[in-house]
Formats: sequence, C-alpha cells, structure tokens
Amino acid sequence: MSDTTAPAASTPPTDGRDRWGQIARDIVGGSVGISILAVVLALAFGAILIATTDEEVQATSAYFFSRPTDMLRAIWEAVFGAYSALFQGSIYNFRADEFARGIRPLTETLTFATPLIVAGLGVGLGFRVGMFNIGGRGQMLAAAAAAGYVGFAVPLPPVIHVIVAVIAGIAAGALWGGIVGLLKARTGAHEVIVTIMLNFVALYLISFLLRTPGALQAPGSSNPKTAPMLDTAVFPELFGPSYNLHAGFLLVIAATVFVWWLLNRSSMGFKFRAVGENPHAARVAGINVNRVYILAMVLSGALVGLAGVSQVLGTETNGFSAGIDAGIGFDAITVALLGRSRPWGIFVAGILFGAFKAGGFAMQAAEGIPIDIVLVVQSLIVLFIAAPPLVRAIFRLPLPGSKPKPRAVAVIEEAK
Amino acid sequence: MELELHGITKRFGALVANDHINLTVKPGEIHALLGENGAGKSTLMNVLYGLYRADEGEILLDGVAQHFTGPGDAMAAGIGMVHQHFMLIPVFTVAENVMLGHENTSFGGRLDLSAARAKVREISKRFGFDIDPDALVEDLPVGVQQRVEIIKSLSRDAKVLVFDEPTAVLTPQETDELMAIMRQLKEAGTSIVFITHKLREVREVADRITVIRLGKVVGEASPKSSNTELASLMVGRSVELTVKKQPAKPGKAALVVTDLRVIDPTGQVLVNSISFEVKAGEVLAIAGVQGNGQTELTEALLGLQPRVTGSIALDGRELTGKSIRSILDAGVGFVPEDRTEDGVVAEFTVAENLMLDRSDGAPFVRYGSLRLNDLADFAREKVTEFDIRTQSIETHAGRLSGGNQQKVVLARELSRDLRLFVAAQPTRGLDVGSIEFVHTRIIETRDSGIPVVVVSTELDEVTALADRIAVMYRGNIVGIVPGDTPRETLGLMMAGESLAGSGDAA
Repeated sequence: MSDTTAPAASTPPTDGRDRWGQIARDIVGGSVGISILAVVLALAFGAILIATTDEEVQATSAYFFSRPTDMLRAIWEAVFGAYSALFQGSIYNFRADEFARGIRPLTETLTFATPLIVAGLGVGLGFRVGMFNIGGRGQMLAAAAAAGYVGFAVPLPPVIHVIVAVIAGIAAGALWGGIVGLLKARTGAHEVIVTIMLNFVALYLISFLLRTPGALQAPGSSNPKTAPMLDTAVFPELFGPSYNLHAGFLLVIAATVFVWWLLNRSSMGFKFRAVGENPHAARVAGINVNRVYILAMVLSGALVGLAGVSQVLGTETNGFSAGIDAGIGFDAITVALLGRSRPWGIFVAGILFGAFKAGGFAMQAAEGIPIDIVLVVQSLIVLFIAAPPLVRAIFRLPLPGSKPKPRAVAVIEEAK
Repeated sequence: MELELHGITKRFGALVANDHINLTVKPGEIHALLGENGAGKSTLMNVLYGLYRADEGEILLDGVAQHFTGPGDAMAAGIGMVHQHFMLIPVFTVAENVMLGHENTSFGGRLDLSAARAKVREISKRFGFDIDPDALVEDLPVGVQQRVEIIKSLSRDAKVLVFDEPTAVLTPQETDELMAIMRQLKEAGTSIVFITHKLREVREVADRITVIRLGKVVGEASPKSSNTELASLMVGRSVELTVKKQPAKPGKAALVVTDLRVIDPTGQVLVNSISFEVKAGEVLAIAGVQGNGQTELTEALLGLQPRVTGSIALDGRELTGKSIRSILDAGVGFVPEDRTEDGVVAEFTVAENLMLDRSDGAPFVRYGSLRLNDLADFAREKVTEFDIRTQSIETHAGRLSGGNQQKVVLARELSRDLRLFVAAQPTRGLDVGSIEFVHTRIIETRDSGIPVVVVSTELDEVTALADRIAVMYRGNIVGIVPGDTPRETLGLMMAGESLAGSGDAA
C-alpha cells in the first residue's frame, strides 16, 4: 500500500502534468446537476448584488425597521426587473406587438452563442484529452486574419468564396493550435504556458499586420482595421436582414454533431478519451500519446478558429480590428466548463452565455443595471463549477458516485 | 532512547495494513524492519512519524506513551526520518534546508543562517561528512543529499532515526558508505530503524531483525541467520498455491533475448546484458526481489523503455526499436505490473477497456467509426467467459474489484492472436479465488502453444507456474533453473548468490 513499488529509481517523480490531468478529469467528471446548481447559485448571488446596488433599496433600507415592506418591495422590484429584462432581452420580448419582433431577442442570443459554442467545443475537446487550451484568443485571431484576408482581398465566385474563406480560417486556427500540440509532444512544454504566449504572438502579429498597408489594413485608411468583407464571402443571413443570425450557426450545429461523433463514436475520439483519462494505460495499449496530443490540439485550434471565422464572416462583416476575438477565447473556457466538455452540454452552455450577452445589454438599457453584473454572474458560475465541493456543501449533496476507496487511497498518497 | 510500539493496528477501509504490530528498539541499536513491498513497513513508520494515526495501539518512548498528531510532534519527541524520497528543497542551500521548519531569526525576522551553517559544519565534522553548507541541494549527488537529510534530523536532536528504504536510490558504493554512517550513528547512541527488503544490507548492519509480512510481525531473526532463513520468513509459506498442470511440451525457441540492456534517463543500468530464451508452450518465470530490473525487463519487451540495446527477437522478428503499437500487433500480450495505472482506464466502461489496445481497425473499428454493437457482443461474451463480476458491460472499470479489473485485462490480452504472453505480477493484490483463476488461464495459454513470461516477486507464484525459473538480481540473471528447484535455492539466488554458492554476485 504505502510501500512504493519500484525502489530502483524507475518511477519518475509525479510532475505537474499529472496534477493538471487530474484537474481536467475532475472537470470532465462533473455532473449536470452541478452545472445547473452553479448557474442557479450564481444568479442568486447576482440578485444580491443587484439588490444592494439599487438606489431604491438603499433608500428604503434607511427605515427598514419601521417599514420593512418598502425595502422588501424595492428588492423584489429591482431583482425581478433586472432578471425579467435579462429574459426579455435574450429570449422573447413580451412588449413587442407581433411574434416576429418578439422573437428577435432569441435570434440575438443565438448569434452571440454561435462563436461561443464552437470555441467552447474546441476548448472542451482539449479538456477531454487532458489539455488546457487557454489559447482561444490567439487561435481566433489567426483564423480571423486568414478568413478575413480571403474575405476582403481575394475575389472569388459566390459560394466558393465563402467556402475558401472558411477553410482558410479553420486551417489557420488548426495551425495555431497544432504548434502547441507539437511543442508539447516533442519537448514536453506545458500547453498552458505555450497557448498563453501564443495569444500574445497572435495579438501583436495581427496588430502589426493591421497597420501594414497591403497586409490586413484597409487600402487608403490609416486605421488599424481591415476593409469590409466582399459580399460573396459573407455568411448569408438565416431569417432575412432584420435579424442578425447568420449561417455560421448552422456550421456550429454541424460542428457540435461532428464533435459528438468524434468523441463518442470514432476510433480517434476513443484514443483521445483514453489519453485524457489515463495516458499511461493508453500508452501501454499502443496508443501514440504524443500523436494524440498533436491531433487534439489541431482539432481544438480548428474549432476555436471557426469561432474567429464566424466573427469576421458573420457578425463583424464591415472589417475588423485586433479586438475581433471579443474575449470569446476566454469565455469559451467557461462555456466548456459549464457544458462539462460534452458537445451538447457545451451547446446548451453556449446558448446560455449568448443569452447573458444579449440580455445583459437589454438589462443595462431597461433597468440601468451595469452589464458588469452579468460578468460577475458568469464568473461566479466558473467559480462554482471549479469548486464542486462548495456547491455540494451549499446544497448538501452527497459525493458523486459511491467510490470511497480511490478517494481514501488518494488521501494516503497525499499524506505521504 | 528506547522506542516501543505496542499493538499498532492501521486499517485503510477493508485493508489491514498493520495488524497488532509490536516492536521494540533499544537505545543504540540498529533494528531492521524486513519485509516485501506492501508488507506494511512504511505504513508502520508513518504511524510512528505522526503522518498516520493508528486505529489501535500505542507508541512509547522510554516508557512514556506518546500522542503524535503530526510529524512536528514526532520530531519534538526525538524521532527523525530519512524518507525514501528526500524531503529537501532543491533550490535551497544545505544550511537553508537544515534550518527549514525551525528557523532561528534574529532582530527584524532576519534568518540566522550562520548558526545553521555552524550546525551543518559541526555535525558534518562529527561524522566525517564533507558537506559545504552553502551548496545548493540540487547540485549534490543523491548520496550526499541523503546525508543532508540525516544532518537535518540530527540537528533536531533525533534520538531515533528511521531510514525508509534508504538504499533504494543509492549506488553500491554509496550504500556501503551509508552502512558505515549507520554504524557511526549507532556508536553515538542513536537508535536506528532500518526499513528494507534487501537481505545483504540487513545482515551487514542490523543488530536485530523483525520480519513483517502482510501487515503482521511473522518473526524475529538475528543477523547471523542465513539468507535462506530470512528469505523464507519474508516471503512466507503460509499460502500453498497449487495449479493443476500437465508437464509442459515445449516447442522451439520463440522468444530469444540477447544481450539486453536497459538504461534509465539518469544513466543507471537497470537491466545488464541479459540473455535468455522462451520456448513455445512453456512458462518462464522471472523471480527476484522487487526492484532488481524485472519491471524494466518486461517494459523493454513491450517497447515501453526508451533506452534499450541488444536484441529481442520473437519468432525470428526483431522487436527492439519498434513502436508499442507494432509490438502489440506482432502478437505480444501484456499484463502490466501496475494494473490501475497501466492496465485499465478507470473512467472507461468494461467494454471500452476490452478494446483499449485494439483502437484501430478490425474488429471494433471500421472506417474510423467504432462498431459499438460488435463491441457490446464481444464484451458480454468475455464477461461470461472470464467470469468478470460486473453489473453490466457499461460499468466503469474503476468500480470493479482488483481481481475483476485484472480479469478485464486478461480477457483483453488473451482474446488477441498471441505469439507471446508477458504477465507482470499478475496476481498482486488479488484474492485467492482470483489468483487461482488467473493462474489457470496462464497455464491454458501455455498449453495452447504460446510462450509465456511471468514476472513475480512471490515465490509461491513462481513455483506454481514456472517450467523454468530465471532469477534476477541487480539487473542480472543470476541463473536459469528448472521449475522444481527448491525454494531455499531460489531464496539464495534472489539474494544474489549464484548456484555455485560463490557469494555475492554483485
């Protein structure tokens, strides 16, 4: 038990990789219940924040003990008003006179969700292989630059143009992710460090290209911004010009189905999961672990790249600047966490976060509640997901599964 | 100081790691704690050091009962420990490491490093160590790092020093030097508990020997006992394992290993130019005390070791330098020594584990897609055939007992077309029923004409299965003897003595 098995210096000391791998396994192993409870908890804490920052609530709190009902009503109005604005801004606007107008918020939500889902799929795929892809920003920027360049500078016939632009973007994202996988496989470099550094490389490279005439900068302009996309390269709108939702969303649905098939039904995904759960056993079983790391990062980068493509060809079609990633590369980590790295879980989580984005603006406009509240709620969700024991303690849930044995062993290992 | 352990019992769930252990260490005595891996030696010492709380029993120092809640208490009471894996901070100097945890500070919280340096020098001088207090620990050789550990304990006035497998990481010369240091410490009045499974070292320095097996004290021995006596005490003969088997009908040599060397990343030679062959239809058992190169040998056979020279030929085909995948495809079946680490993926279902090493191509993959129905049929068939006790084929392998996990591994490996079967510690940690099942399957595999290599540290298992036995000691094969060789002879060989009895083979 506690006697180490191989005294002849054959067991290398446990390195950081194993610890990160365990974290990845914990994240992947979380339950749906934890995800839902994390959202509920985060909304509850958001409600407290809304209430305490509301002026009416503050005013009525001064005479709380003489007339508590005033304050309670103020709290209710503030919280209900905020969350109802959030709902109406993201799902259905009840004040609209006809269904077509009322449903517009939902299409906004889906538009916001489009890049979040696909980038979340990329990050989640990494998690399943035991890797932390923090490089969403860099991969998105690389993909946006490639797709964007094809989109505004390479005239091609309709249909073919958009296809070529999409492929160029995905390839650039795959390349940017593949570098990470290659470095990890060849040199053992930790992917967290490499992806973060490549974010900066991409950011400043794109900034440079945006200021270089003949590269990404729009001709005749001195702003660090590209020219608008040619019409032939832009994703078609799904429901006509009054809605922003574009065909990128269909690509995202296809990507979700693909990732689901890849992970659950394909030989490659089987190897991915084996490496993610237990790289030692995978290696002994003849799986080339290093090749899996490279392939997984290529695919992860490609998926995140598709998010960048959808931004430049679907959402920001009038040309883009270095801020085109809009923090999606990082939000994708949250989405992947909330979706427990399962493709359809990520799909739902992406739509939820899309709703937060769409509804957040409405909340700010209608109730004057700063959009930062939404960011706090999002951050709290991550916090609660990263700390399942906390959520379990608050809701008094039992430990997942009934496997006290491995846990006891883990404690013993630590005690050593 | 006299140390007394009284009826110490420590349980981990259903496992009793220490079962009412009594142990007395007299002042100025080197007391060896001898036992196989997993016998419970380290657990006992962790109880003594305050890392674990004993479920029953007490610790007495000079007749006074102690209640340690952590290593700090144990240290304060005068117990020091030199861990197998050093507890040093590599980027700190020797003096900084020695003072770590009980730093003396002068005005304004400044560390009193000069006092620590003086202490290091003083202790070094006393024992004739040549240690620079300002050297960085990471720059020191392993043997010297160990001395820093010893200095650390002595600087805290340790009266009882526990050495946990101290020689595991040392070269033979360093080992000899450590022995000398231990004698010196003893003369200075320090009591020493020396945990090991190496007979030679025990006989060299110990004053008294306590042998532990399966968590129980099975006997005391004097250092004058022969290796045979010690080995038989340590390995025990309580469980008599018998496997019904016919005499082997060996064919021609199938696996031919010539001049195989395995070198670890630090340049240590783990397997030293060994040669042997295994015939079709026979079991070659590789016996030896854990850590004498058997693990590395099996890993080399499967291509898991990076630095291998020499030749491994299976049916005339060279396997060295090939990828793990192509070695598996060449028909090598492998039961790894560490089942939970290398054998199964705990979060995968039983069915998924059954296809783990066939994740490419037929029969479970077509056009890159998994054929889940075929896999399910296969899994159900194997669950029945190998009597795997599981709720369903969708149960996670991590939920199964060790025996059933091992059956999953066996079922997976034995259902491929094998040309060689390698099983490392195939029954470690299994219950008697599972052991019998595993042994029967191994013999069946042999009888179907496949060469089998079984590596085991259990003499019972070796004698039960082997047609021929190769004994390994310090990376060498001491000798290859027939399967019915008496245990006493094997015990001697495991201690490094070659058949001629010409003393230490090292």
